[in-house]
Amino acid sequence: MPTHSESAQLDVQIDQWRNFLRNRRAIQAVDVVELEDHLREQISNLTESGLAADEAFLVAVKRIGRLDALSNEFAREHSERLWKQLVLAPADAAEPQGGITRDAIVVFSLALAAALLVKLPVLFGIPMVNANEEFYLRNASLFVLPLLTAYFAWKRNVAPATLRWLAVVFVAAGVFANVTLFAHGGTAGMLGALHLPIALWIAVGVAYAGARWKEVAGRMDFIRFSGELFIYYVLIALGGGVFTGFMMMIFEAIGITLQPFVQSWLIPCGAAGAVLVASWLVEAKQSVIENMVPVLTRLFTPLFAVMLVAFLVTMLWTGRGVGIQREVLIGFDLLLAIVVALLLYSVSARDPRAPAGAFDVVQIVLIVSALVADLVALWAIGARISDFGFSANRVAALGENIILLVNLSWSAVVYIRFLRGRGSFTSLERWQTGYLPVYAAWAAIVVIAFPLVFRNS
Amino acid sequence: MEINKDLIAASSTPIVLAILVEGDSYGYAILKRVRELSGGRMEWTDGMLYPVMHRLERDGEVKARWEVADNGRKRKYYGITPRGRTRLKDEHKQWQAVDATLRGIWSTRSIAIPSSPLPQGA
Repeated sequence: MPTHSESAQLDVQIDQWRNFLRNRRAIQAVDVVELEDHLREQISNLTESGLAADEAFLVAVKRIGRLDALSNEFAREHSERLWKQLVLAPADAAEPQGGITRDAIVVFSLALAAALLVKLPVLFGIPMVNANEEFYLRNASLFVLPLLTAYFAWKRNVAPATLRWLAVVFVAAGVFANVTLFAHGGTAGMLGALHLPIALWIAVGVAYAGARWKEVAGRMDFIRFSGELFIYYVLIALGGGVFTGFMMMIFEAIGITLQPFVQSWLIPCGAAGAVLVASWLVEAKQSVIENMVPVLTRLFTPLFAVMLVAFLVTMLWTGRGVGIQREVLIGFDLLLAIVVALLLYSVSARDPRAPAGAFDVVQIVLIVSALVADLVALWAIGARISDFGFSANRVAALGENIILLVNLSWSAVVYIRFLRGRGSFTSLERWQTGYLPVYAAWAAIVVIAFPLVFRNS
Repeated sequence: MEINKDLIAASSTPIVLAILVEGDSYGYAILKRVRELSGGRMEWTDGMLYPVMHRLERDGEVKARWEVADNGRKRKYYGITPRGRTRLKDEHKQWQAVDATLRGIWSTRSIAIPSSPLPQGA
């Protein structure tokens, strides 16, 4: 029989072996229990026949087989385990289930509330017709984002002081949307309606990150959340489209037209509720499934880099200038926004401690070529902008261009420093996350100040 | 004598099912029984039994349950199901056919099979 110290030593060895097993994705906790039972019985039989405990352990482990071969065999039998599944209610009874069902109830209630909120104005004599299009456009974010903020405020136990601030922000947004923007209407009103969601998204971020909003990591999590939410929302929208199509088709077959119901109920209510459901799914799956946006970033960063370099070379070669139509500036704004997004999401997925690699060089090529292309466009437009006059649209587009240009220029500087080994990757993260309020501040300026400045446009 | 891997894989299902017909059992005891029955000639890598058991369980040919063993640890017991018995009968017929075929070949071709560890003609 093994002595006391021998069996303690054996337990340590078995612990280590168990940990190796646990790291194999195809082998689950119950399998480990089964295999451990086998190993222990083998060991006790071997020690009874005269082997020392450590020898018995080695023999027993050898008999069970090499871990690689074993986990391959398990993987062949349980191939579904290699695909990470999103399990909303864990089958493992050891985990607390109450939190997840309570979460689901809260989310679906809030989604329902958002769906009803969209239809609330109808009760006050503002039906969903083309004449009221601008009203709904101005208020679109106000139907959904306060509820999303409330969900995260509840989930993260946001401090009462922050809660009061968030409430003030949303009330103010409601006032701006329906008093000043409404009064001015026109281009400035439309611009404000487009910028309001951007400004309010930061309020969602404050609630999402909770106490971690001041930290780089907290904001980075919010950036990751935003990207995944976008992907999930698009997927839900595609599914919703298929669902709606089938519903209309089969009811059409029995002579019932659902068009009015779909247009004034299903689509607006579904679009509002889906934001909450998608947010909840992102929350539930964050640790289970790979993030999708960084994968897309990996695919498209090289493509965009090649495209921009080809653009610059062609422009130099043919000597063509950038045309100065109205849309050009907005087009280049969007280009810079995409480059910033590509940078942001590859930063969000990168291990800050990893050394510089080939992908980082591609990233720099992308940033620098985007900057050069934008400067060429700005040069062409800037030369004649006074001829066009400073309209609300042009000032907004120019302001956005400058904000993104500043972001990318400094990012390029920090990134190149990192590549040359003179700085750490975290300074790039800090710059990107620190810059988030700038976007919101500019969006707020467009919402608040533009209707006052551009009274006549 | 080492038995070919494919042969071991193919024979594992009827062997395991036949052992379970004797009564419910668990992994280590099943392997011990295999060793006894084969006189030590069939050497399975112990761990490989479990994916086989899990496949049989998924196919509904065995049913598993957890029990607490004498040593206080959780132990997974397997028992054969009616479906498993049908499968065993089917396997039995197939193996008899293979066996009969091989016997026929060995006798008509009069291929000498060494019955002792020493090769014939040595």
